[in-house]
Amino acid sequence: MIDKTMSAEPARTADPIRPPVSVATAPTETPAPGARPKVEIRDLRFFYKSFEALKGVSLAFDDKSVTAFIGPSGCGKSTLLRVMNRIYELYPEQRATGEVLIDGRDMLAPDQDLNLLRAKVGMVFQKPTPFPMSIYDNIAFGIRLYEKLPKGEMDGRVEAALDQAALWDEVKDKLGQNGLSLSGGQQQRLCIARAIAVQPEILLLDEPASALDPITTSKIEELIGELKSRYCIAIVTHNMQQAARISDRTAFMYLGELIEFDDTATIFTHPSNKMTEEYVTGRFG
Amino acid sequence: MTLYARRRIRNAIALALSGAAMVFGVAWLAAILWALLANGVSALSIAMFTQMTPPPGSAGGLLNAIYGSAVMTVIATLIGAPVGVFAGTYLAEYGEGSRLVPVIRFVNDILLSAPSIIVGLFVYEIMVVQVGHFSAWAGATALALIVIPVVVRTTEDMLRLVPNSLREATAALGTPRWKIVTHVLYRAALQGMVTGAMLAVARISGETAPLLFTALNNQFWSTDLDAPMANLPVVIFQFALSPYEDWQKLAWSGALLITFVILILNVVARALASRSKKLV
Repeated sequence: MIDKTMSAEPARTADPIRPPVSVATAPTETPAPGARPKVEIRDLRFFYKSFEALKGVSLAFDDKSVTAFIGPSGCGKSTLLRVMNRIYELYPEQRATGEVLIDGRDMLAPDQDLNLLRAKVGMVFQKPTPFPMSIYDNIAFGIRLYEKLPKGEMDGRVEAALDQAALWDEVKDKLGQNGLSLSGGQQQRLCIARAIAVQPEILLLDEPASALDPITTSKIEELIGELKSRYCIAIVTHNMQQAARISDRTAFMYLGELIEFDDTATIFTHPSNKMTEEYVTGRFG
Repeated sequence: MTLYARRRIRNAIALALSGAAMVFGVAWLAAILWALLANGVSALSIAMFTQMTPPPGSAGGLLNAIYGSAVMTVIATLIGAPVGVFAGTYLAEYGEGSRLVPVIRFVNDILLSAPSIIVGLFVYEIMVVQVGHFSAWAGATALALIVIPVVVRTTEDMLRLVPNSLREATAALGTPRWKIVTHVLYRAALQGMVTGAMLAVARISGETAPLLFTALNNQFWSTDLDAPMANLPVVIFQFALSPYEDWQKLAWSGALLITFVILILNVVARALASRSKKLV
């Protein structure tokens, strides 16, 4: 790994620490003193036209940790992720109400600049989506949106991003090749590299390994473990073993509601909610 | 008879019928190409590309008509293709939810299938009548009006083929909308869009009706865009209908030339289109 110094965290304001909203039967989390959750979601509701896909979800999670969202299809976990960078706004018939606070600022506020938000909150999708351009340009594209760098510096940033995504060794000799020429797993790591190249603070991973073979999946999981040291990661997964392996905390959702949110070990060993228990033991879902 | 045997017979009948239909269709095409080759090749000569259209009874070529066709086709494409691309982009990327969009799409489809002679008459009314004479500008404008709906349609279709996941992925980096379109979507749809433009060029390079009332024709070498200009389709039209044998021969070779050019454009366009499918 190339050692890249992250930009210093902005000084925290004197905002009072809000304890995360307790949910249903979930025990209340007590944040470490002095720390504030990186992301705090309050009473989030989401609508596809008139269908309510999220029914007042509230939770909070910390920086430099992996939070997994599990639940049966249609439970709203992907929707929740898509609210955090407001990508849903590409579709006029979708809307969200409530608050998504990042470092205490509401990202759903109408005056929040969308592109700045998305620079801060990167996202990787289920299907690899390399841009139809060279591997190099796939990474440089995002960087160029925010910075004008001389060639040498850009080369360094591209290498660092590919290196962080554990892809550099495989592509260093063919950076000029089209990104679409890579294998599926490589394409997905390219997309991860592209997302971290713009130096976001939060990474949203929407089933990033569900279209990949087991070996590539374990590579991606390993990668997530390494990325955890510098980013706040939220991952949606259908694979409960995956959630158990890589996440620090796990949220179980069902039909647009957050059923239980706790440490991953607790969720998988002695969940307090009956439904969570049935889901993680494979009895429904 | 068993069910399976009956199915086999039915299959054989259906196969024979569709084969016959195919032969019937292709045979006419082959006959046309054969007539073109048989009559056109004999009249092919270097003079065709070096000399002007002749008066009846003397030798000559089609140089002024070839030049005129090329010039008007290029101008029409330069005007029509960008307008078509912008309009198609609006329909595919910006018009979502707008009530105007279905209307524009409908009107565009009508324009797409409008008889080209109507386009010629329209341009005659608004340009030729206003200035009092025929001109290459008027001819190019009429052709541009035929290019626009073709390019609008292909641009929209090609952009719609780009999966939404690519739009989302680009937007997720914080890319402004115009950059998503110009830097990523156009790139993804490029080959299809180029194919559309080439098909439009192929279409207008053979159009006669819109030029009859606009560029008219010119027996002489002329590069003045404000004056009547020779062009292959109208020359073929006039020469083929004439009683002079050498004019008729030139018409045949002109027709062969146009067919050949259109064939090449179509083949290239299709090759590009199939390559773009493989990439996406």
